[in-house]
Amino acid sequence: MLIGEAAIRAGCRFYAGYPITPQNELTEYMSENMRKVKDGIFIQSESEIAAIHMVTGASAAGVRAMTSSSSPGISLKQDGISSLAACELPAVIVNMMRGGPGLGNIAPAQGDYFQATRGGGHGDYRTIVLAPASCQELADLTMDAFDLADEYRNPAIILADGMMGQMMEPTVFKKAKPRNYSESFMLRGAGKGKSKIIKGLVLPPLEMEEHNWKLARKYQVISDKETRHEAFNLDNAELVVVAYGTAARITKGAIKRLGESGLRVGLFRPITLWPFPVKALRELSHKVKNFLVFEMSTGQMLEDVRLALQGYANIDFHGRPGGVVPTPAEFAIAVEREFRDKDTYGRQF
Amino acid sequence: MKKVFSRPKSLKENFIYHYCPGCGHSIAHRLVAEVIDELGIRGITIGVPPAGCAVLAYYYIDVDMIEAQHGRGPALATGIKRVLPDRIVFSYQGDGDLAAIGTAESLHAANRGENITVFFINNAVYGMTGGQMAPTTILGQKTTTSAPGRDITLDGYPIKMSEILCLLPGVKYVERCAVNSPANIVKTKKAIKKAFQYQIDGVGFSMIEILSQCPTNWKMSSIDSCKWIDEVMVKEYPLGVLKDVTAPEKKKGK
Repeated sequence: MLIGEAAIRAGCRFYAGYPITPQNELTEYMSENMRKVKDGIFIQSESEIAAIHMVTGASAAGVRAMTSSSSPGISLKQDGISSLAACELPAVIVNMMRGGPGLGNIAPAQGDYFQATRGGGHGDYRTIVLAPASCQELADLTMDAFDLADEYRNPAIILADGMMGQMMEPTVFKKAKPRNYSESFMLRGAGKGKSKIIKGLVLPPLEMEEHNWKLARKYQVISDKETRHEAFNLDNAELVVVAYGTAARITKGAIKRLGESGLRVGLFRPITLWPFPVKALRELSHKVKNFLVFEMSTGQMLEDVRLALQGYANIDFHGRPGGVVPTPAEFAIAVEREFRDKDTYGRQF
Repeated sequence: MKKVFSRPKSLKENFIYHYCPGCGHSIAHRLVAEVIDELGIRGITIGVPPAGCAVLAYYYIDVDMIEAQHGRGPALATGIKRVLPDRIVFSYQGDGDLAAIGTAESLHAANRGENITVFFINNAVYGMTGGQMAPTTILGQKTTTSAPGRDITLDGYPIKMSEILCLLPGVKYVERCAVNSPANIVKTKKAIKKAFQYQIDGVGFSMIEILSQCPTNWKMSSIDSCKWIDEVMVKEYPLGVLKDVTAPEKKKGK
């Protein structure tokens, strides 16, 4: 619901969605509230695929558009997300992750990290991926997602999970920035002028190559300018946990307990999962040598941490996939056990 | 001397169609462009070409266009039309696009009664990919994936999307035409014009199915292809108005 309200406040005027747990509250909120704002459009689509393509049409027509779903539904949307990236159209896609693969379950999980940060669909592209860890961030990052999507004319994903979707916390909505998006990108009928084409089909390989490099240069600019992370309790930390979203919240709870038992643990929380905050994490490895990646998956962000640290630090992994959400106390015990056990520390799988 | 034939203003200048000799697409494109000219709607029309041979329609028809992924034209058109209800939005789709991979999008856009126009080019094969069996392939018709001929026990029956859509109250006008003879081409143009006019008048969803020859994949001469439509296709897919909700009212008015 927070995401819905933030989206409407950010000027989103088109939402298409299909029911799937655990994100139905958002679709229901949009159904009720889109009709209350001027020019607000809500469509319950016949499928996830139709929803993302309706969003594509709305985005091409010039409005801020959004769809939301959960893991299996996001797989279906990849057809459209790849197309949005190819056609350089902005859109915001919300994924409230659940346990997978396949139908999996409906409990909170983080198994879609690869799908979100590696493009997800076919072809050479990336999506901007924002991972909120509080209600305040759900609201803030949703608004930012629209700005980023417009600025770079690229789909942006809010990657959270059922836990984030069900939380209640006091939240203040920030003031939305005025939209900065050129009319010249919009498809609104040619009028008396030249007609426009929005397309992703580029048949000659040399032209397709140039289009791919053009996108790659854009992604490089995003990587250089848009990484975000939170550093928590890093002073004198002997171990740094790298975690995002719900896993990062659990970590914060565990850090307090671990401090009480004499283990100084910090948290490095990527807020942008793509672009991944490589530079900041690498700089941290000059000071700290022990890292523990904690994900509610079998280890996906782990690969990005390894790439960032390039073997200059010890990396251990703790994973709870399948919809299991450990308590801070459980995680604290796991950290202590794994860190204290010098025989196994730093050995993955 | 009076000029009696020229390029419609809504067709782009200086291009050569990439379509095979004898293909029906270029005729359908021209008719759409002529109607857009006649209704004076070039500046407010937005087209959605499909995946398939006709994806390059945006190089020929001179209106704003956005390509759709395979089968998704009606969903894109829905998004555009809802945001810009005063624009004229059409989707142009082949039989595989509309009646196989995009069946859900076609059916539900129609059922919602979206005020858009769909041009459904039925040539009974997948053209661009090299002549595979389409959902509309005729029983017994030989294609690259139904080499002995379409067989009911393996492949089911040719699907009649126009008749199916007619069952939906949201659908206001459906006509099946062909572009295989001058007489049929004239009828097709009239149907296209009526469909666009209905959209302008806010009547609702309309679809024009156009039986279109594909000599390359039918492995026939252009002339034989035109004959095949008359002799074979039309028996499976009878031509004519299948639904027109405004027609009786108009008669009453007179």
